[in-house]
Amino acid sequence: MVINFLRLIFKAWRSLNTSTNFTSGCFLFLCDNKKDAGQSMKSIAQADDAMIRVTGLVKRYGDFLAVDNISFTVRCGEIFAFLGPNGAGKTTTIKMLTTLLKPSSGQVLLNGFDPIREQDAARRSFGIVFQESSLDNELTARENMVFHAVLYNIPKSIREKRIKMLLELVQLWDRKNEQVKKFSGGMKRRLEIARGLLHLPKIFFLDEPTLGLDPQTRNLLWEYIRELNKKERITVFFTTHIMEEAERAADRVAIIDHGKIIAQGSPQELTEQTGTASLEEAFLALTGKALREEVSGGNSRIPRGRHHR
Amino acid sequence: MSVIYILWLRQLKRYFRSKPRIIGALGQPLLFLFALGYGFGPVFQRAGEGDYLQFLVPGIIAMSVLFTSLFSGIEIIWDRQFGFLKETLVAPVSRVIIMLGRTFGGATVAVIQGIIILAISLLAGFRFSSPAALLTALLFMFLIAILFTALGTAIASVLEDMQGFQLIMNFIIMPLFFLSGALFPLDDLPAAVGVIVRLNPLSYGVDGLRGALIDQAQLGIWADFGVLTLSSLVLVVIGGYLFSKIQL
Repeated sequence: MVINFLRLIFKAWRSLNTSTNFTSGCFLFLCDNKKDAGQSMKSIAQADDAMIRVTGLVKRYGDFLAVDNISFTVRCGEIFAFLGPNGAGKTTTIKMLTTLLKPSSGQVLLNGFDPIREQDAARRSFGIVFQESSLDNELTARENMVFHAVLYNIPKSIREKRIKMLLELVQLWDRKNEQVKKFSGGMKRRLEIARGLLHLPKIFFLDEPTLGLDPQTRNLLWEYIRELNKKERITVFFTTHIMEEAERAADRVAIIDHGKIIAQGSPQELTEQTGTASLEEAFLALTGKALREEVSGGNSRIPRGRHHR
Repeated sequence: MSVIYILWLRQLKRYFRSKPRIIGALGQPLLFLFALGYGFGPVFQRAGEGDYLQFLVPGIIAMSVLFTSLFSGIEIIWDRQFGFLKETLVAPVSRVIIMLGRTFGGATVAVIQGIIILAISLLAGFRFSSPAALLTALLFMFLIAILFTALGTAIASVLEDMQGFQLIMNFIIMPLFFLSGALFPLDDLPAAVGVIVRLNPLSYGVDGLRGALIDQAQLGIWADFGVLTLSSLVLVVIGGYLFSKIQL
C-alpha cells in the first residue's frame, strides 16, 4: 500500500515539474543559486553549493542570549536536522532564517539572498511548515491553497493544475472542499506540506513536522520528504525531538543547546565522536543533565571523552 | 491587487461562514435600539426634540459599524495565536499590502453589519429622507469602518494576546461610543463633554450618518466627511506602520 502510494506521489510530483515552468530556475538547476553566476572569483569560491549559510548569528533579548553566535552551512540538496532540547534556540533560529524575526547580529544567506535586504527573493526561495498549524480553519483545503498561490503570485493558468497535483500527492483531493477545521491533525499537517511546496521552493523548513502525529502518518511524511529530496534535490531543514527520525532522515545534524551549536556532523560522526550507539545517546551525552552540571554556564563545547553512556 | 482581493475575500468568507458571529454582533445594537429607542422615546418627545427612534438609528448603525470594524482589526491577535498570521508574514508580499487587504475586508464586513441594522430599523418604523441619502450613508459607514478597522489593526499589532481585551473594551470602544453623540444631541452639552465629543472621530461618523439619513447634521456634513477621511488616512498609515513592525 505504501509502495503504491509513493509511486503515485512521484508520478504526481514528476508531472508537476515537467508541466510547469514557474520559477526562474527549473528543477534541474535547483541548486544553482544566484551568486553562482559568478561575479568575482571570491564570490564563486564563497558560494560553493551552500543553500543556507549562517554566519555568527545572534539573537539577544535584553541580557538573555537566545541564539549565541552560531554558524553553519546547509549544502544544496542536503537534509539537515537541527536538534536541541526545548528552549535551546531552535525556533528562534528558524524565525530568523525565515524573515519573521530580525537577528541582533550576524548574517544569513538563503539561496544566496539576504532575508533582510532581499526579503522577497529570500521568501520566494523557501517553503515552511511551522510547529503549530498556520492554516485558516474556516477556509477549505482548496481555499487555503488558492490563498497561498495568490500570495506567491503563481499565475492562474498553472495554479489549478498544481493545486490538484499537490492535493493528490498528500491524498486530500477528495476532501478539498471541506473546511480545515474538520480535518485531523495528520490531515492538517499533510495539507501544510502541500501548501508549502506550492510555489516550488528550493528550501523546505519543517519545524517539528511530526509533532503529535501517529507513527503511521509520521512514517508517511518522512517518506514524502526523503523522496522529494532525493528526486528533486529540495534542501530540507528540519527540527525534531525524535532522534530516530533525525538519524534515519538527516545527512547532517547540528545540535544546539543554550543558544550555541555544540556539535555538528553526520549522525554517524556524532555517535562516533561521543562513543555512543545511537544518535539519541549521543544527543543525551552532549546535552544531558550530568554534563551540563559539570560544565558550568553550560554552553561551552563538550570536551571529548567526558560523556556517559 | 490580487493579494488585496484574496485577503478581502477571506474576511468575507469567514464572516458569512460564522452565523453565530453575525447574530451575536447584532444583539447589542438591537438591544440599545429597542430599549433606549422605546424607553427614552416619550421623554425625548416631551423635551420637544421629536422622534427619538429617528434620532437614535444613525447612532446605532455607527455603533454596530464601530464594534464590528474594531473587532475585525483586533482579529489579528487571533490569527497570531492560531498561527495563520505566519502564513501571510513569510509570503513575498509587502506587509502594507497585507494590512490594506485586511482593512478593506474588515471594513466591508462592518458595513454589511451596519446595513443589516438599517434594514431592521426600517422594519421598526425608521424612515430616511431620500433614496440618495442611502448612498451618502453607505459612504459614511465605509469611512467609519476603515477608520476603526485600522485602529483595531494598530492596537492588535502591539498587543501579544487577548489579555488586554477588557482594557480595549472599557477604555476604547465604550468611551468612543458613549461620547460620540450617538445617544444624545450635541447642543447645550456641558462644555467639557462638548469638547470631548468633538475630539472623538466617531462623533463625525454619527453626525454624518444623521445628516445623510434624516438631514440633521449638527457639525456639518462636509466637516464630518473631511474629519473622517483625514483621520482614516492617518490611522491606516499608523496601522500599516505598526503592522509592518510585527515580529513573531
